[in-house]
Amino acid sequence: MVAVRETFSDRLFLFACYTFLTIMAFLAVFPLLYVVSVSITPFEEVLRHGGFVVVPRKVTLEAYAQFLSRTTIPRAYLVTTYITIAGTAINLFLTTLLAYPLSRKSLPGRGALLIFVILPMVFTGGIIPTYIVVRSYGLLNTYWAMMLPWAIWTFNAVVMKTFFEQIEQSLLDAATIDGAGEFTVLWRIVLPLSLPVLSTVGLFYGVNHWNEFFQAIMYISDPDMLPLQPVLRNILIGAESPTVDSVDVTLPADTLKMAAVVLTALPILMVYPFLQKHFTKGVLLGSVKG
Amino acid sequence: MSFAIKDRTAFGSAGTVGARVWKHRALYLMLLPPILYYLMFRYAPLYGTTIAFKDFKVRSGILGSEWADPLFVHFSQFFRSPYFAQLLRNTLLISLYKLIWGMPFSILLAVAISEIGSKPFKRIAQTVTYMPHFLSWVIVYGITYALLSESMGLVNHVIRASTGTTVNFLSEPRFFRGIIVGSEIWRDVGWGAIIYLAAISGIDPTLYEAARIDGASRTQMVFRITLPSIATVIVVLLTLRMGRILEAGFEQVYVFYNVRVYSVGDIIDTWVFRTGLEQWSFSLASAVGLFKSAIGMILILTVNAFAKRWGHSVW
Repeated sequence: MVAVRETFSDRLFLFACYTFLTIMAFLAVFPLLYVVSVSITPFEEVLRHGGFVVVPRKVTLEAYAQFLSRTTIPRAYLVTTYITIAGTAINLFLTTLLAYPLSRKSLPGRGALLIFVILPMVFTGGIIPTYIVVRSYGLLNTYWAMMLPWAIWTFNAVVMKTFFEQIEQSLLDAATIDGAGEFTVLWRIVLPLSLPVLSTVGLFYGVNHWNEFFQAIMYISDPDMLPLQPVLRNILIGAESPTVDSVDVTLPADTLKMAAVVLTALPILMVYPFLQKHFTKGVLLGSVKG
Repeated sequence: MSFAIKDRTAFGSAGTVGARVWKHRALYLMLLPPILYYLMFRYAPLYGTTIAFKDFKVRSGILGSEWADPLFVHFSQFFRSPYFAQLLRNTLLISLYKLIWGMPFSILLAVAISEIGSKPFKRIAQTVTYMPHFLSWVIVYGITYALLSESMGLVNHVIRASTGTTVNFLSEPRFFRGIIVGSEIWRDVGWGAIIYLAAISGIDPTLYEAARIDGASRTQMVFRITLPSIATVIVVLLTLRMGRILEAGFEQVYVFYNVRVYSVGDIIDTWVFRTGLEQWSFSLASAVGLFKSAIGMILILTVNAFAKRWGHSVW
């Protein structure tokens, strides 16, 4: 940059930018802080202030203790953890098996195959036919129903394929001449070189499983098999009473609701700062032409 | 190149399709599971859309159910019902409002982030504003509830303190679309800014240097360099979004709405979901879903043709 003296209007403009960003950052964080604050507010504070306040004078972790001592949320945690790990493994396995052959330009029928996978992106069967099909496979009330119907996102497969195509072709050729089969080439050469795209695509799949809601309410009617999000929704709309089976109510119902929100959001919020870079890369990977 | 190697393989007439296919047999083997997946979970539902033309009964299955008489009865039933106009209006309005309000905010955010000099401030602003994108709609609903509900909402706390009454924001039709659009912006404004930021960082820095020397102010540079330079990206994204205009945000609306706001909040997807899976009118719901898919396909192909002309494409 050429050193040019900043004028008053430039300073004003910069000040406006900083102010705008500060407000946006505040708006992003403040609601979460309020949720946390409500989740640790005991009844006496509500009575004292005539409602919830942003900074309570007394706090309690009773709401969290109640949830963690009951089975609903810990069980939902287990279900969500399971479908996140197993589901993402299935996603990556199948997406790789699709993307790698598609990345080989010499593969006969490659063009037809691309159309075959892209067509259902343009014209979808819709909610009801998908439900009927999943039901006919006998997958209702199984964890498979939350992992298989979206096992491959075509978009992710295209992102992965584009990445594979950028790997030096001579590396693959050299391995082939040395007698390595395609599976060996994929496992020993392509995948180790593709860790960036695998982690980015894996993260998107993973977050999606962690936030699983729709397939759960469509396919799962057994309450013990519900993952976190639908359980949280039931708690929020009052379908599932958040308080312990009666006796003494020591906490405001809203305190319990907000504790449930925090418990559901916490894992994502804790890993997010470390993974943010990968996510951002993913958006831009997608905008690169495949 | 791989072609050279292929020609030297043991299969003499390497040019024949059969030999080339045989040479790649391992790749086809890899493709078996994905192809099976697409047939089972993407193409079978396509075939399943035929129930829109049938009187589907769960016990008879897709194949065994009788054809509807007349064939388009479920479609005509929907088009003649009062739902048709209402659902279309709600879907389009919610979708458009999200677009019209969301995009400028993302662009503004991207411009502001790119203008400031402080690296740590930049990083913090980005990290914090991208964060809500990773929260599920149920969590965002929980947060909205914390701010707007009558029992504990912070906003109602303020209203009560000043007027003594409360407003039931979450169940009042006149607030519903605003809440949907607002919460969408809250969640995705930062995420939407990423692509504009990338576009801005691709602008030739000498443009700014030249403008500086000529005495341009920062404000002038934003309007004369930054915004015109990313105009193509904006137009392409806008066009691509138009292709998905019937996607008003199924999960979000489903989590946020309730019976009292159906008049303004019920969109095609939520109606299909309720009609099919709660009232078991599979054929009617499928007909409406198929109608939406067909329009959606036409829209996507159209906008993609436009985007391609500008050197971009959906796929």
